[in-house]
Amino acid sequence: MLSAIILVPLAGAIILGLAGRRMGERMIGLIACSTVAVSTVLSFYMFFGRLLPLPDDARQIHELLFTWINVGSFRADAALLLDPLSGLYILFVTFVGFWIHVFATGYMRGEEGYWRFFAYLNLFMFSMLVLVLADNFLLMFVGWEGVGLCSYLLIGYYFTKDFANDAAKKAFIVNRIGDFGFALGLMLLFWKSGSIFYFNDPRGIPSAFEWAMKPGGADPATFSAIFAGGLTTIALLLFVGAIGKSAQIPLFVWLPDAMAGPTPVSALIHAATMVTAGVYMVSRASSIYVNAPTAMLIVAVVGAATALVAATIGIAQWDIKKVLAYSTVSQLGYMFLACGVGAFTAGIFHVFTHAFFKALLFLGSGSVIIGMHHEQDMRRMGGLKKYMRITCATMIAGWLAISGVPLFSGFFSKDEILYKSFTSSALHAPWPMVLWIVGAMTALLTAVYMTRLMVLTFWGSERFKEASHSDDHHSDHAHGGDHHPAPKESPLSMTVPLIVLALGAVAAGYLGVPEGLSGGAISNHIEHLLEPAIAHPAETNHALAAEDHSTEFILTGVSVVIAFIGIIGGWLWFKRRPLWQPPRLLEGKYYVDEAYDAAIIQPIKTVSTRVLWKIIDVTIIDGAVNGAANLAARVGDAMRYLQSGLARSYVVVVVVGALLLIGYFVIR
Amino acid sequence: MDNYLLTIILALPIAGVAALLVLGRGDHEGALERKTLLKWTALLFALATFAVSLALPIMFDSAGGLQFQTNVPWITAFKLGVHYHVAIDGLSLWLVLLTTLLTPVALISSWNSIHHRLREFLISMLALETGMIGVFVAMDMFVFYLFWEVMLVPMYFLIGVWGGERRIYAAIKFVIYTVVGSLVMLAGIIALYYLHGQATGNFTFDIETITKAMQARPFLSSVEQDWLFWAFALAFLIKVPLFPFHTWLPDAHVEAPTAGSVILAGVLLKMGTYGLMRFNLPIFPEASQHYAALISALAVVGIIYGALVAMVQPDLKKLVAYSSVSHLGFVVLGIFSFTDQGLQGALYQMLNHGISTGALFMIVGMIYDRRHTRLIAEFGGLANVMPVFSALFLVVTLSSIALPLMNGFVGEFLVLVGTFTSPTLPSARLFTALAATGMILSAVYMLWMYQRVIMGETRNEENLKLADLNVRERLALAPIIVLIFLMGIYPGPFLSRSDAATRAIRARVNHAQAPARANEAGEQGSRGAGEQGSSHASRTGMKK
Repeated sequence: MLSAIILVPLAGAIILGLAGRRMGERMIGLIACSTVAVSTVLSFYMFFGRLLPLPDDARQIHELLFTWINVGSFRADAALLLDPLSGLYILFVTFVGFWIHVFATGYMRGEEGYWRFFAYLNLFMFSMLVLVLADNFLLMFVGWEGVGLCSYLLIGYYFTKDFANDAAKKAFIVNRIGDFGFALGLMLLFWKSGSIFYFNDPRGIPSAFEWAMKPGGADPATFSAIFAGGLTTIALLLFVGAIGKSAQIPLFVWLPDAMAGPTPVSALIHAATMVTAGVYMVSRASSIYVNAPTAMLIVAVVGAATALVAATIGIAQWDIKKVLAYSTVSQLGYMFLACGVGAFTAGIFHVFTHAFFKALLFLGSGSVIIGMHHEQDMRRMGGLKKYMRITCATMIAGWLAISGVPLFSGFFSKDEILYKSFTSSALHAPWPMVLWIVGAMTALLTAVYMTRLMVLTFWGSERFKEASHSDDHHSDHAHGGDHHPAPKESPLSMTVPLIVLALGAVAAGYLGVPEGLSGGAISNHIEHLLEPAIAHPAETNHALAAEDHSTEFILTGVSVVIAFIGIIGGWLWFKRRPLWQPPRLLEGKYYVDEAYDAAIIQPIKTVSTRVLWKIIDVTIIDGAVNGAANLAARVGDAMRYLQSGLARSYVVVVVVGALLLIGYFVIR
Repeated sequence: MDNYLLTIILALPIAGVAALLVLGRGDHEGALERKTLLKWTALLFALATFAVSLALPIMFDSAGGLQFQTNVPWITAFKLGVHYHVAIDGLSLWLVLLTTLLTPVALISSWNSIHHRLREFLISMLALETGMIGVFVAMDMFVFYLFWEVMLVPMYFLIGVWGGERRIYAAIKFVIYTVVGSLVMLAGIIALYYLHGQATGNFTFDIETITKAMQARPFLSSVEQDWLFWAFALAFLIKVPLFPFHTWLPDAHVEAPTAGSVILAGVLLKMGTYGLMRFNLPIFPEASQHYAALISALAVVGIIYGALVAMVQPDLKKLVAYSSVSHLGFVVLGIFSFTDQGLQGALYQMLNHGISTGALFMIVGMIYDRRHTRLIAEFGGLANVMPVFSALFLVVTLSSIALPLMNGFVGEFLVLVGTFTSPTLPSARLFTALAATGMILSAVYMLWMYQRVIMGETRNEENLKLADLNVRERLALAPIIVLIFLMGIYPGPFLSRSDAATRAIRARVNHAQAPARANEAGEQGSRGAGEQGSSHASRTGMKK
């Protein structure tokens, strides 16, 4: 049953890949959506029908497909594991994924290579589900690289466009840098623990986590632990993988460029599912992280720093998708912040709510882009609310959710993260305070840049009209401003998914209402569910958690105030100055790409060409070889004269030689 | 106990050569039909060889040991003790299959590429096949050396006659490099024969006998071991080629015709790594231990260096050639890790490299046939005009950068795990980390190349009228694409057949060291011989 969840989308991908070229768009859309629908239904059945009825602490369903690699003591199986963590993931991956597939059938209409697009999307679903359902790290790595490949294929979907190809290649290579860390972490884990499997299972496989959790095995909270080759090293190497996949500092540069792909791709892969794989992996390996306090601190700091930096860039972008891309990077930072302070469930909860509202926002932006006839620059939008009512209304839900307005989903999950950072006992003072402040500042910026995006798109003057007028004066292919097609609402295949996801963006938060807030009136389902699958930091001070909830209420009040300040402030400012010029440094994304190019890429190319190839290979090694050959030839040439054929000269040589020999023996 | 299957496999290509000789030349006017006849004759013999060789893995006994043996005295004069001894074990089984597969595939892929001296070309290819199979099945050093040298001749002609502009330079460079190595090896073979004969009174070239004698009671002093180790290793490492002996490879590849490149990359390079596993590790285990760090270091340099130089090549074939230097570095690294995973991974990686790089050379050949250039800058946007070609090229590219569920991943990962956990290699972790950067670099140079050739607008007008792959070309690539996925998804049947052989080598190398270290780590030494030592040792250590 579990295997069907992954194999049905794979079958869809294979059918579409081999035969899709000769199919019509309806047929292609039907195959692509129905395979994901089957996966979705099976996922819900397996989760609610099979997993939940099991007792709390025995919620693990294993399924062995076959033994994949088995050499010496190294073993990796193609085997699946359904537990609360993977269960929650497959639910929203298949559910959100299905609606994005539906949206894409409308969005991609008339595009060349329609079949190719859906083959890739189905392949992505397969890879993502393998990543999540794997019962060992190597199979997770298969899905991990698989989603990277699909991301590469989909970013480069418009393969005649050079910027799309560059973005695709960049995404793959930056991800590979992360995978390099993941692979080394995996090997170190195997070397130390003798296993790459998460848990013991009926097949008699030892558990890597059991080894990580052994009593007294925790690493000390020192910086030297980073290089000691123990749990901290393993945790950090794995985290390098997460940094690549989930676009954290310093490897975040690929995600904004990845927006070169079609918008449903941005929603599915680069916002809702794939990029949260890093959070999944860190949470999955929580048994390792909780015993590696230094790694925890680094995870938290990297997450918080990424959240803040990306938010500052997001405020200064003009491309509607770029804003959302940096917003995604920033929100992923929040999730790692949660993991780093030991609140893995809060991080996963945010992954869950984020999947809904960010997919919604991206699809909404896609709807806007289609409505605007492929215009992505917000400077040429404005006033769209009267043309695209459904898109506007649904995006408002997403906007309020991500900004943390009370009772919307993002409020609950973000609030939980901020609260857990502030009260974290996994870190020493002053880290909890510092991390909370950074998180709160990010929350403010989030509200501001999202308000800016909404205002510039849906309110204000209809700048697309002015733009086309001013273009007419300069353009040779002038077409009268009156004939500029007005923006129009998207078809049902696109608006229905928006409505469904908007409902999710409003409601998803109620599954994980922090108990302190509701006074226990609403049960925190997510936390209860994930409890057995997640390890807890050793020093977690239960006394603190059990104290009266005044701290939580105060912090919640502060976040609410922050959200409203951000929204109202942003509203007032950008309504008046929609085209306000943001600081160049932020608009230029701190020039990180340029720095990488100058400091890393160009030097490597130059050294490889000028030194390695031209000097070492051609001049030194080949020079030596050719030199040796020439020397041999010259020696041969010279020796030739010895064979002169003149008997007299031979006699001379013989006589001289004989005399020398005789002389030698006499003198000796 | 004699079994003539291997002899049949060896003889079939030669029978093909004879048939081609009987059929006569195809160079005269109006000889088109005659040419077709010649090509079909060669292909049929190559396919027949492949079909017969398929019996090997089916009848192979995974429990190990030499199988399909034929062992008859050949040269008994002067009590020389040369035997015609052929057999296969887990080391050579898949390499024989690789050879018998790639030969017909190479013939199909260059079906229309060879115009002059066609018959001689086909004869060279078939003679080459026998030579290569002979190297893998020979269990007598004399026979081994014979095949090793015989195989040089057709390869020399393939490059020198049907090659590109600088073919003479490349062919001579190839031969000189190889001959320097093999002459030293010849000296090594004679010395080993003599020393063994002197010590045991049994003058024989038999590899198994000598290996067992070394194992039972080492008859070589450590100095002798060192010298002999290098006599063999030099020949093999040049063949691999290990940095810095690699500069013959780019030239040979660039100048060789497609079929030559496929065989050169696909099979010939493996003879070097095979030799290391067949001779150096089992016969000179202590010297192997002693020089493992040096050779591993060169392998790591080769991995990074090959990748970096490949990255900046303007010529497709040179790029693939340098990528071979990088890939073969992984194989050597795995061999000298002396772990189950490393050795298995190395063996698997040999097959993977043969398949993936063989396919890459075929792909380059396909566009060379169309455009008569291999410069990357001449292409671009081929996806618009050759969609099927682009898709297959992508599969092979991804296989070459070791994407999971494709063949390259299994081999590369096993090599890295083996190296990482190697109990003998100093700074094993550092070596692994450096080698693993090859993962990143291969993605850089392969994807960049793919982008420049396939993606983008079709800017060069000459590329606009290119035809997509025809049926013949698709047929040539089909078995390779199937293997790429099969070996990546379900490696079990492949690995299980070579398991016993690599296990034996690992035990042999580690056992040789045990007496020396017996005092300091007696318990671990004996453990190492039975089970794979590293992880267990470290685990027990940790529990204490």
